[in-house]
Amino acid sequence: MPSSRRSFLAGSAAAVLGGALAAPASAQQMVRGVFANGDRPLIAFPQKRPLMVLTPRPPQLETPFAVFDQGAFTPNDAFFVRWHLAEIPAGIDAATHRIRVSGAVGKPFTLSMADLQRMPAVEIAAVNQCSGNSRGFFEPRPAGGQWQDGAMGNALWRGVRLKDVLDRAGLAAGAKQVQFNGLDKPTLPGTPDFLKSLDVDVARGDDVIVAYAMNGKPLPLLNGFPVRLVVPGWYSTYWVKMLSDITVLDHVDDQFWMKTAYRIPDTPNHSVAPTEGGFATIPINRMVVRSFVTNIADGASLKAGRTAVRGIAFDGGSGIESVEVSSDGGTTWTPAALETDYGKYSFRRWNAAVNLDAGKTYVLACRAFGNDGGAQTATPIWNPGGYMRNVIQQYKVSVA
Amino acid sequence: MKIIAFAAFAALVPLVAAGATPSKVSVTMPGDLSFAFKPGPGSQAATTYCLICHSSAYVSTQPPLDRAHWDAEVTKMRKAFGATIPDKDAAEIVDYLTASYGKAP
Ligand code: HEC
Repeated sequence: MPSSRRSFLAGSAAAVLGGALAAPASAQQMVRGVFANGDRPLIAFPQKRPLMVLTPRPPQLETPFAVFDQGAFTPNDAFFVRWHLAEIPAGIDAATHRIRVSGAVGKPFTLSMADLQRMPAVEIAAVNQCSGNSRGFFEPRPAGGQWQDGAMGNALWRGVRLKDVLDRAGLAAGAKQVQFNGLDKPTLPGTPDFLKSLDVDVARGDDVIVAYAMNGKPLPLLNGFPVRLVVPGWYSTYWVKMLSDITVLDHVDDQFWMKTAYRIPDTPNHSVAPTEGGFATIPINRMVVRSFVTNIADGASLKAGRTAVRGIAFDGGSGIESVEVSSDGGTTWTPAALETDYGKYSFRRWNAAVNLDAGKTYVLACRAFGNDGGAQTATPIWNPGGYMRNVIQQYKVSVA
Repeated sequence: MKIIAFAAFAALVPLVAAGATPSKVSVTMPGDLSFAFKPGPGSQAATTYCLICHSSAYVSTQPPLDRAHWDAEVTKMRKAFGATIPDKDAAEIVDYLTASYGKAP
C-alpha cells in the first residue's frame, strides 16, 4: 500500500484484529493500516491514553505518530509498550519490590527502592526504540510484531548508575556478562523466561542506569514500574522492565533471548538478501541513525507556498551532527536547523522549509547524520528479524 | 475460550502513599481483547491451542504468510516456546492459517 496516511482515524474497528468482534465496537477509533493487516484500534490501557493496539495480550501498544510532533519528549501516557510474555503483575508494591544482585560477584545483595533512592542519582534523556520498530515496512514482510514507526519514544530517565550497583557487589575475576530479569513470566513452563544480557564493559558504561523515574514521574506500570534498566543508545530489548534480578555471568549468555532471538546478520548494514542463508549473526546492539518528518504525513495534501517541515532525529549515542531535507525525492538536499540539544541519546528536533508550487506533487525526504559518521540507507535494508530499519523516509505530497 | 469485553476500560487504582511516589500501583487491563479467530475448518484447534499465551491478534496482524512461513511459526511456538499441540492438530492449524490468514506460496 503506497500511501500511508498515518493519522487518519476511522470511526469503527470492525474486524480489526482479524476476527468477528464478540462485542459491539461502540465508539472505537482506529488508525488505518499503511500495510496489509495494519489497521490498529486505539484503546486506552491503564495509565495510558488511547494507543494503537498491536496485541492486547501481552500488551503491545504503539504511539500514534502525531505525538512525535508535539515535543522532543514523549509523554509517559503516550509512550509505546512492548511485552514478550503475558504474565505481567497487575499490581506492584514498590515498598516491597527488591532487586537481587548475585552471580559472579564478591558480595551478593538485595536492593530496595529506598536503597536506590539513597544512591547518587543521574538523569539522562534517551530514546527507547524497539529493535523491530517499522518492521511492517520490510519487503518481503517477516513475521513478528508488525509495527509502523511508533515503537519508539524519548524520555528523561532518572536512576542510579548500574556501575555503582555492580561495584557494590564487586565483580568476580571471571565476570563476562550481566544478565537482567524482570517480573514478567511465561504462561506455560516451556516458554523461556525473558532474560537479556550485556557484556560487562557495556554494563559498566557511565550511562547505563537502573531507572525509577521517567519524565519526572514514576514509570507507568506498562513501562516497567517501579524500576527498569535504561541502556541509552541501545535497542529497547535490553531495557528490562520491572527489573528484579541482576545476575553476573562467568560465561556468555546462551539462553533463547540472547542466542536465538534478537540476532542480526554480521554483514554490512546488517542486511542480507531475503533468499540468503548461512550468514553469521550477532546480538542486536546499538541503534542506527534515523530521522522522521513529524508535521507532514505521507500522502498529505498541502497548500502552495513556503512550507515548514519539521521532525526528529536520533542515533545510537554519538549525537546528531546534521539533518537535511529534500523536496525532490533526495536529488538535492538543504540543511535543517537543529533545535535544543538534550544530550547525545535524545530525540533532536529540527526545522526546515521548502517551497511548494500549486498543482504539483513532491516527494519530501529527510536524512540525518550522526557525529560518528553514521548515515541512513538510501534503500531499505532487509534481515529475517525485521530489525534496524533506517531508510531515508520519503513523504509524497500533493499541493493544491 | 476467553470472554471478550471490548468496552471494559482500564480502571487505574493507584494507592498513593505519603509523598510524591506512589508505592502501590495496581491496574486492570482492558477486558480480554483476544478476538475470535476467523471461522473455518481448523479454527477450533487454533482457538484451543493458540490463545493460551497471547491474543489472536498476534496471528491476524501478521502479513499474509505462505504455508511454509505459517508452518515455521507453528513449529516455533512448539519448539521454542513450548506450546503443547498434538501433531494432528498442529497440521490442521497450519492448513487453517494458510487458508484464512495466508497467501499462495
Ligand atoms: C506456549 C506459549 C505459546 C503458545 C501456545 C503459542 N504461542 Fe505464539 N508466541 C508465543 C510467544 C512467547 C511469542 C512472542 C515472542 C516475542 O515476543 O518475541 C509468540 C508470538 C507469535 C507470533 C508473532 C510472530 C513471532 O514469531 O514472534 C505469531 C504469528 C504466533 N505467536 C502464532 C501462534 C500460533 C498460530 C499459535 C498456535 C499454534 C501460537 N502462537 C501459540 C508463545 C506462544
